[in-house]
Amino acid sequence: MQQMQQIPDVIKLIPLNFYVLFSSALFCIGIVGVLTRRNAIIIFMSVELMLNAVNLLLAAFSSYRADPSGQIFVFFIMAVAAAEVAVGLAIIVMIYRNIQTIDVGILNKLKW
Amino acid sequence: MQFWYFLTALTLLSALMVVLSKNPIHSVLYLVFTFFCISGHYVLLNAQFLMAVNIIVYAGAIMVLFLFVIMMLDLRRNMPDSKSNLTKLAGAILGGTLLVILVAVMRKTQFPQFSQMGGKFDTQTGMVENLGQVLFRDYLLPFELVSILFFVAMVGAVMLGKREAGERNF
Repeated sequence: MQQMQQIPDVIKLIPLNFYVLFSSALFCIGIVGVLTRRNAIIIFMSVELMLNAVNLLLAAFSSYRADPSGQIFVFFIMAVAAAEVAVGLAIIVMIYRNIQTIDVGILNKLKW
Repeated sequence: MQFWYFLTALTLLSALMVVLSKNPIHSVLYLVFTFFCISGHYVLLNAQFLMAVNIIVYAGAIMVLFLFVIMMLDLRRNMPDSKSNLTKLAGAILGGTLLVILVAVMRKTQFPQFSQMGGKFDTQTGMVENLGQVLFRDYLLPFELVSILFFVAMVGAVMLGKREAGERNF
């Protein structure tokens, strides 16, 4: 409890730029995952990775500015992400039930 | 602050392994590890509430949902053939270019340093008590609307997952 009263070392020693770079790297890893993989579930997981990169950046800004609104926003993003995952996985299961695969290369009926 | 660099490297490494590993189960486990590392970052930022919610909602609920779906789908039989190497290369180059652009944009940006905060820093920002008061005073309506969103998502998931009459089982 004593530890929580003090200003955390990270805020004093790590510049906010480092968090911006870290979150950008995490976001780009998610983008590469979406672009290079064909398994629909792994694409979905990469989207989750991107969402978490944004969450981390929001939390970092909120902590550095000592403003609780950013962390409330992260909380709402997590709630929306949970709902999104439930519906998305239901859609993936339905796709698998209809065409027996979740390879997104086969789902190209909307392409032309 | 060696620990911060260590945790960051661990997070980026496990996030890379999510994308690179062939087996979807391994991807899910690496993603769980990534979420735990991000929770560690929340602890370092003194955001204890977000740490707890991240572990409970993401590493607990969402990842279990992913694991269940992967178990239900028979992925060994129809492991999707990967994209052509040209597409993979294009995707990697595009992601790397985006990263370079973002870094180039952020490089000159000046964010306010801690020393410029003027000494009025509230260390209790991320605690449950403080966040709860803000949540239920200023953000009460969005909080209640989230429950409607959950209800709609639940109905939608049940409708999508329901087996129709005459359809065969898995």
